[in-house]
Amino acid sequence: MTRLPEHLLTQRLLALFAAGWLLWDFPLLRLWLSEATVFGLPLLPVALFGAWALLIVLLARLMEARDEG
Amino acid sequence: MASPASALSPTLVLGASLVYLMALFAVAWWADRRAAAGRSVIGNAWVYALSMGVYCTAWTYFGSVGRAASGGVWFLPIYLGPTLAMVLAWLVLRKMVRIARTWRITSIADFIASRYGKSRLLAGLVTLIALVGVVPYVALQLKAVASGFALLTGTPHAGEGGFDTALLIALVLAGFTIAFGTRHLDNTERHEGLVAAIAAESVVKLLAFLAVGAFVTWGLFAGPGELFARAMATPAIARALQPDAAHPFAYDQWFALMLLAMLSVILLPRQFQVMVVENVDERHIRRAAWAFPAYLLLINLFVLPIAFGGLLYFGAETLPGAAGAVPADPETFVLSLPLAAGAPALALVAFVGGLSAATGMVIVEAIAVSTMVCNDLVLPGLLRLKSFAPSGRGGDLTGTLLGIRRAVIVALLLLGWLYFRIAGEAYALVSIGLISFAAVAQFAPALLGGMYWKGGTRNGALAGLVAGAALWTYTLMLPSIAKSGWMDAGFLQHGAFGIALLKPEALFGLVGLDSLSHALFWSLLANAGLYVGVSLLRTPSAQEASQALLFVDIFERTREDRPVFWRGRAQVADLQALTRRFLGAERARRLFEDYARGRGAHGIAADARLVQFVETELAGAIGSASARVMVASVVEEEALDMDDVLRILDEASQLRAYSQALEKATDELRTANEQLKSLDRLKDDFMSSVTHELRTPLTSIRALAELMVDDVEMPAAQRQQFLGIMVAETERLSRLVNQVLDMAKIESGHADWHNTDVDLVALLQQAAQTVQEMLRERGAVLDLQLPPASPPLRADPDRLMQVLLNLLSNAAKFVPSPGGRIVLRLRVDATGATVEVQDNGPGVPEAQRALIFEKFRQGGDADHRPQGTGLGLPISRQIVEHLGGRMELRPDIGQGACFAFTLPWTRSTEPARDRAAAATAGDPK
Repeated sequence: MTRLPEHLLTQRLLALFAAGWLLWDFPLLRLWLSEATVFGLPLLPVALFGAWALLIVLLARLMEARDEG
Repeated sequence: MASPASALSPTLVLGASLVYLMALFAVAWWADRRAAAGRSVIGNAWVYALSMGVYCTAWTYFGSVGRAASGGVWFLPIYLGPTLAMVLAWLVLRKMVRIARTWRITSIADFIASRYGKSRLLAGLVTLIALVGVVPYVALQLKAVASGFALLTGTPHAGEGGFDTALLIALVLAGFTIAFGTRHLDNTERHEGLVAAIAAESVVKLLAFLAVGAFVTWGLFAGPGELFARAMATPAIARALQPDAAHPFAYDQWFALMLLAMLSVILLPRQFQVMVVENVDERHIRRAAWAFPAYLLLINLFVLPIAFGGLLYFGAETLPGAAGAVPADPETFVLSLPLAAGAPALALVAFVGGLSAATGMVIVEAIAVSTMVCNDLVLPGLLRLKSFAPSGRGGDLTGTLLGIRRAVIVALLLLGWLYFRIAGEAYALVSIGLISFAAVAQFAPALLGGMYWKGGTRNGALAGLVAGAALWTYTLMLPSIAKSGWMDAGFLQHGAFGIALLKPEALFGLVGLDSLSHALFWSLLANAGLYVGVSLLRTPSAQEASQALLFVDIFERTREDRPVFWRGRAQVADLQALTRRFLGAERARRLFEDYARGRGAHGIAADARLVQFVETELAGAIGSASARVMVASVVEEEALDMDDVLRILDEASQLRAYSQALEKATDELRTANEQLKSLDRLKDDFMSSVTHELRTPLTSIRALAELMVDDVEMPAAQRQQFLGIMVAETERLSRLVNQVLDMAKIESGHADWHNTDVDLVALLQQAAQTVQEMLRERGAVLDLQLPPASPPLRADPDRLMQVLLNLLSNAAKFVPSPGGRIVLRLRVDATGATVEVQDNGPGVPEAQRALIFEKFRQGGDADHRPQGTGLGLPISRQIVEHLGGRMELRPDIGQGACFAFTLPWTRSTEPARDRAAAATAGDPK
């Protein structure tokens, strides 16, 4: 993967930041507050941790893109 | 109360703790040794990311479980906020690191003070706020360790049994911090050992917590599925995850917590220390930006299982607030669960994990705060004293400064211990942490605003910080003190002076928010509002404006073309003496030597750059505000006004523009020079080829002539033969000279061109006739493939004939004899005419195809090198190109060589381009 141009990287980071707030806060947070379960686990923690892991993976991809390409 | 049967002996727990702390010393010592040997262990992005794990204190380790037990996912915002902050780390943190590195800033107080014109007042205020916020936090760590110790050993109250665990831990940590954190005075030199130890502590606490989590999830229960299923089946626990009408989900508080944690992760003194001051390489931020959130995720993964597992194990009536005997406090589940389940070894491991969480925080916080207190509270006072006055004969002060810093560390830890002894039972763990967070969040407007907005002024920052801190005290700190019963709680219900609008937790009648969100809202509103409002009251002073430029535009200039906002007179000796006093003689000498080397032959001049250099170096040791005062005391400086600042900035910009223009011009010259060199090389090649070609016939003519001179009686027949050869060689010589001249003429554009309308069909037929005889001698046939007629072409017929004859005679040289066959073909289309000469000879070998049009490159191998000068094809191509056409060797299709040239009906090429083409004619196409 080649390193992103700085301005594109900046915009992607800002977009990721916005996505994080959205996933973790009202009103989307309201959706996770249900009695549903995922594989027998309550949805709320699964959703919060899932979004967390997703954010970390995306962030890692953005940050670790080096100019090796 | 934990059952005495399962308790561990105090000696064992204490022994394990001390062994752990010794191991920490060993790690730090080892890392310092490695660093001294030039093989740093902290020059690594993973170590950097792990050191950020100091964010997770005992509050995380024990408190998160407690919070999860009562509130479900409510422990999470404290870690989601930092994750969001780290998303922007590459943008924000990198800028902080760059600024701090450039100006040798070593604390958050220094950062803010430096931005607003190196204000001592501001530095002191920030230090005070940090101190007030941090002391309870340190106390909390000591409390966590002490109560963990009490729980493990079954002694309900710390202090019983003749020793005080918390005091012991505090003193050991003070020793550690002094040993590895105050080695150099200059804090911008990394604390290698300390950072390595902190990274190791992060690993220990993570592994310990994961071990307990795995034990609870798979040891006490049959995996997360069963654990959660049972938890959800218990209404008292399920309520934590399922808000109902009676307990609605507090979105506002959720948001406030995330925002608070997001700010704290960069504003807490210890975080600033590990993330900014101890950063070795900006590129490490790339890895840490995701690795640190991943660390947070891992350490939180088992919080809910442990919390719910504990509630299920001990019975849900342990929920805080439940009446009756409490078998275990949820905040100690990490310890009490393994202990109660008969795994004392794991409980010990868990205790060591908690110890590492607490000690890591205390150590780094002590370093960070001691730097601030020493530089920004103690030093300004000391420097007023006579004996410290710069004009005084005071010698080297480095020892004194280090002594102050060490004393501050001991004092801070003892203060934390004292706080714990006095107030330790008053608060729940979580609330102390959040109160600290809210205190440091007050730095956000001044710090972040100052990094991106040039308009912020010192007064604005002061007003914002004072208002924010005051509101924080009134709405958060005082109520919590009141709730601990230390002061009359009446003002909580009735407001100060009985004014209802001044109720601390419902200020101006704002109700509906929890106390934390309420305090955060009012304090940050007042803080940011006054910061912006007061800043806008007047234009920034010269000092503020210049610092603003240096901070906000940090990425836009390199160290060389950064403006130096200083004017005045200075003596090198004075600056040297000042540096010696604060940095020590040895270091001062090295600094000045390095500086002189960097300046090159000019040596050290007492100019603005030197003054700035000394001031920056001093800032690393005593903070920018004190450094400013000290430097100002030994130099005569002129006050700058706004015009001066703009002028200096303008000069720096011009300088930068000049240097950029110079760089560009140099590049252009270099390119031109390369071109000239390559042309020169071509000319040399040409000259040597020409002389070589001239020498061959000359040698032969001379040899034959000498033979005839020596042998006067040579038979007439032989003499005649020799003379014949000499004539032929002479002809070859003149042909060569003519061609060279021809070539030179064409290349220089001085050739005579007699352009008329040429009938190509007739011209080709004429050429065919001319070579007829030669072909017949070689036994070759010429196949003419011509259209019936062709439009007239504007060209010089003689030159065109020269090209045709050259191609045809070339072909004739290479066709087999007999059986040779040459095709002369003319194709006409709308754009131009194409002439092809195809033979059935051996063709042009791949290796030579690229060279065939170069001068003196003849086709054929050494064995049957045909006659000729090697200039035929280059001249032909020159002629064709002059006529606006293109000559090429068609790709080999296994039927011999096929040369072709195309001439356009209308010439689009300018003569200038002809000459350009001629200049590069030596390049193969």
